[in-house]
Amino acid sequence: MAPPQASAAQSAPPGPDGPQDPAAPPAPVLEAVGVSKRFPGVVALDDVSFTLRAGEIHALVGENGAGKSTLIKILTGVHRPDEGELRLGGEAVSFHRPHEAQQAGISTIYQEVNLVPLMSVARNIFLGREPKTRLGLVDFRRMHRETAELLGGFGITTDPRRPLHTLGIGTQQMVALARAVSVRARVVVMDEPTSSLEPREVETLFRVIGELHGRGISLVYVSHRMDELYRICDRVTVLRDGRLVHTGDLRDTDRVRLVSMMLGRELARVRKEAAEGHDDGRTPAAEPVLTATGLSRRHLLDGVALDLRPGEVLGLGGLLGSGRTETAKALAGALPLDGGDIEVGGRRLRRISSAAAIRAGISLLPEDRKAEGIIPGLSVRENIVLAALPRLSRFGFVSRRRQDRVVDIFVKRLRIKAASPEQKVGELSGGNQQKVLLARWLCLEPRVLLLDEPTRGIDVGAKAEVQTLIEELAAEGLAVLLISSELEELVEGADRIVVLRAGTVAGELTGGDVTEGALLTVLAETAPDAVPPQGGPEADAAPEPGAADVPDEAAAPGAGDVPEPPDAAAAPELRKEEDPR
Amino acid sequence: MTSFALPRGLDRPRIADALQRYGVYAAVLALLVFNGVFTDHFLTTDNLRTQLVQVAPVVIVALGMALVIGTEGVDLSVGSTMALSGALLPLYLGYGLLPALLVALLAGVVVGLVNGSLVSLVGLQPIVATLALFVGGRGLALVIADGQLKQIENTDLLSLGTDSVLGIPVVVLIAGVLAAMVAGLVQRTTFGRQLVAVGGNRKAAALAGLPVRRVLIGVYVICGVLAALAGVLATARLTASDPSSLGNLMELSAITAVVVGGTPLTGGSVRVLGTVFGALLMQLLHATLVTHDLHDSTAQMVQAGIILVAVYVARERRAR
Amino acid sequence: MKSLAETAPPALAGPPPPLAVTEQPRPGGRQRAAELLQRQGVLAVLALLCVVSSFVFDSFATLDNARGITIQASFLSIVALGMTLVIVTGGIDLSVGSVFALGGVVAAWASQYGFLPALLVPLAVCGAIGAVNGLLVAKAGMAPFIVTLASLLGARGLLLALTHEGAKTYLVPRGSAFQKLGGGAVWGFGYPVLIALALFCLGGLLLQRTSFGQGLFAVGGSGDAALLMGLPVARTKVLVYTLSGLLAGFAGALNAARLSSGVTIIGVGMELDAISAVVIGGTLLVGGAGSVSGTLWGVLLLGVIQNLINQIGSLNSSYQSVVSGGFLIVVVVAQRYLSASRRGT
Repeated sequence: MAPPQASAAQSAPPGPDGPQDPAAPPAPVLEAVGVSKRFPGVVALDDVSFTLRAGEIHALVGENGAGKSTLIKILTGVHRPDEGELRLGGEAVSFHRPHEAQQAGISTIYQEVNLVPLMSVARNIFLGREPKTRLGLVDFRRMHRETAELLGGFGITTDPRRPLHTLGIGTQQMVALARAVSVRARVVVMDEPTSSLEPREVETLFRVIGELHGRGISLVYVSHRMDELYRICDRVTVLRDGRLVHTGDLRDTDRVRLVSMMLGRELARVRKEAAEGHDDGRTPAAEPVLTATGLSRRHLLDGVALDLRPGEVLGLGGLLGSGRTETAKALAGALPLDGGDIEVGGRRLRRISSAAAIRAGISLLPEDRKAEGIIPGLSVRENIVLAALPRLSRFGFVSRRRQDRVVDIFVKRLRIKAASPEQKVGELSGGNQQKVLLARWLCLEPRVLLLDEPTRGIDVGAKAEVQTLIEELAAEGLAVLLISSELEELVEGADRIVVLRAGTVAGELTGGDVTEGALLTVLAETAPDAVPPQGGPEADAAPEPGAADVPDEAAAPGAGDVPEPPDAAAAPELRKEEDPR
Repeated sequence: MTSFALPRGLDRPRIADALQRYGVYAAVLALLVFNGVFTDHFLTTDNLRTQLVQVAPVVIVALGMALVIGTEGVDLSVGSTMALSGALLPLYLGYGLLPALLVALLAGVVVGLVNGSLVSLVGLQPIVATLALFVGGRGLALVIADGQLKQIENTDLLSLGTDSVLGIPVVVLIAGVLAAMVAGLVQRTTFGRQLVAVGGNRKAAALAGLPVRRVLIGVYVICGVLAALAGVLATARLTASDPSSLGNLMELSAITAVVVGGTPLTGGSVRVLGTVFGALLMQLLHATLVTHDLHDSTAQMVQAGIILVAVYVARERRAR
Repeated sequence: MKSLAETAPPALAGPPPPLAVTEQPRPGGRQRAAELLQRQGVLAVLALLCVVSSFVFDSFATLDNARGITIQASFLSIVALGMTLVIVTGGIDLSVGSVFALGGVVAAWASQYGFLPALLVPLAVCGAIGAVNGLLVAKAGMAPFIVTLASLLGARGLLLALTHEGAKTYLVPRGSAFQKLGGGAVWGFGYPVLIALALFCLGGLLLQRTSFGQGLFAVGGSGDAALLMGLPVARTKVLVYTLSGLLAGFAGALNAARLSSGVTIIGVGMELDAISAVVIGGTLLVGGAGSVSGTLWGVLLLGVIQNLINQIGSLNSSYQSVVSGGFLIVVVVAQRYLSASRRGT
């Protein structure tokens, strides 16, 4: 789709020290051909093909549930594909265990550093293949020397005998990389390596990546940070809902188009809809019921501020990893904060805990329904009344009559489809589980409802019902915070959208600006804190393709010009905050 | 990593589910039928009464253990708690039965508080937290009793062990009433439902604003008190306070009863009736084997086998 | 060994990078103290206790007393050695007490056929029990706690079955080589003491200096990571439980040789003594960190406390379990906070 001629003219070195791409594409190192993978109830990957060329850095992007992690797990031998095959250097291979993939030269750096924290740096690097002395004992002297050399090659000086957990996350990541390289990897797969790194550590990581690139190692790079992708990657593959959406040179794909492909919204349609706008006639109160300021937590949140008024639905936008979920958790008292204030109804929450937030009238519908929401072994009734138990009890004894009354009301109102209130929640469909959780919170009569991805993983019918319900609740005067990675849901559901990026507020859309186009543009913008001072190779990636590829972009109403002011305002502020570090 | 699970036939988990749920009742019934047919004088009131009297302390301890296991925990210190309460009892019997009983139960409360705090406040694994009092508790009991076996002279206490009401021994009555109370606690009280929720999904329970720490401490206190009471009753029946042997291996019997009764070790469910029947099953099994000239040795090996089967079945069901 | 980090030349060509990450040289003082305390705390307590006791009790710092303490401690120490390895992998083995007793009985029975059978038969039986434990834990995915609880009962049952419900006691033939193994001594220190020392040296080498040992730490430290790094996690677990069974059985056999008979009533609660010693010795019960030497000090500490309580004489011997129970609480709570302060950076 993208005009290819645009790329050749302005081709810049893809990585810091990476070789130029020759005219003919190099041979593929690792290929997945027509791969499908099903898990009970879900098709995680549906006929996906993926080609990693020799010496390239290949970005793999997609939102939650797109199938990225499944694809990675197939490439690295954790899962085996149900259909399709893997080819390594042109030959079909089949890995039964991660170890086999490693031996074949495919190493993985996971999001959470997957090393043993209590063991030393050197032991971690050589675990399972320790050098031996003549007596068959582990040769620690050699191990430490080689570790120091290996890390020294990356410009890292650290005592190889130090337990891994005493190092910073960034250095731990380097150790993982060093391990990957020292097993003579041909391919290194990195799953969101920068998600918990400090900016300085990110620089070091990129330098090491450049180093690997220079040695001809091919990399698969998974990240949601647009700036990083455009800075270091050559090509990109976009997955959505388990399907392949796009593969191509990253230079030919501008940011807005990339984000729209990830989120599944056609640009043309977005623009058309944007012109129409929408108005649902709700009039939120003037006084906010909840005000949060300066919510901060290392690596996760950096001074997030927002307020919520009764009767409004505030959308919280942002790509994965931007701090959406963390903000909601912080508001609900479930994330210990380094700093920040939360006021409800004008009163400051002194001790921030789940119980205190609930008492103050804040309820959170968590993102991970299974792990953090339902108690699968308990019945629908018990799951609904769980939080309200003390209110429905007398002298510590639960009143079945009162429970039944409450449960009856909500089962009817939310149209929860269960054989009976006594059915186990674990046996219900996702949509009905979600409704049960909504009921759990609604029977507490909250003032603020935080909904984190309320419609993820539920069927279309239930989704529409939940969305209607959200409208109704807001109309009744509840303040609702809606998190969704679906643009459409966010734009249609919310009266106002706060957009997060890298744990800070990147912009806010209000009134007529609440459009998908505007949102896309804010989402795709460069994060100010990742811009290197001298303007690196990504300088051409951000604004120029936007002008070259989609010349009519600026003409689209509300798409081109709206998001600029908030971001321009936010950028200097953020830089100011960066300086003291 | 849940997706590592291999595809299985639909029926196996269902069978495992039924086995976990009803297996213990079926097994008890089968044993009774078997003995009715093949064992002389088994299904007589005298024999059954003896069996019930013997199983009563185990049932009482197992009830507490079931609650603890329902929260994904375990309490190894119950046997030592029995010894402790048994050792304290004779010291205060001079003031009458009631004060002595209260002191003995208070020991259970203290043990429970220590265990519960170590688990919920310090965050230790339950096995570790209760191990310390397992080791130290019995020592303390022996120190208190000066390593002596003490005869019990107090008739009130002795009558607890020997009397019957309407032909049912008091000990059995107490165990029955306690079982009913614990069942009520689990099913009908806020605390009980919170307990099950905490065991079922601690993260979700905390996010729902449940007082997780308070619930955990409460559970260990209840378990301690029940064990202490079992110690008192066992002492009454023995007519002597013997802290060196009282409650030995009781933690094993109690855990066995709970597990065999179908309560999963992973928490989130408490089967009170199943626990009672689990204890009964092990008792009847032992009696059956012994009356058929099979010895303790066989009984223990069979017990080991049953535990493994029970846990394996529970695991199978989880692996769905 | 001196730090090689500074002297290491950059292995790769290219200009030295400007943005070198140099970690702060060492963790802070409090952290170091915490680490030191965890590693050497028991030894310090043990040494202090011995010094104080030798002033207070005339009969404490005598060779005879040392011989007594060490021979008493030797059997438990061998059992605790196996337990250490199991606990390092994050597991637990509750069956060792029963297996210890079973090993003794089997050895006493087999000693009528000669020296080798007296050693090998108990090893085979007890190793098999350990292997079953390991298979159930590693392959069937059952909780170690419950699996070894069952085999505690099973092994005890087997023992009773072998001895006609405990009525028959097998005797080790007088003057046999096997009896000498338990009763002999060098400079008054019994063979079992020397054997235990040798086993601890081997165990230390195994844990610290072999790939297998590194694997144990990895499995206990992070099972998922170990799996992803391609370690044979299941095999490691099976082996470690087998080893624990072997060591417990061997300790039992030695004990039978010393007592000249297979005593049926010993070993009850021994698993908990062993666990206490391991934990007091600084091995983390959650797995991933620990040392064999710490366990040795832990066993000796328990032995010395027992000895002191005997020396005082007026004290009931059950004070020992009160003290070790108290110790256990202090140690695990301290461990918990130390590891929290170490991880919480």
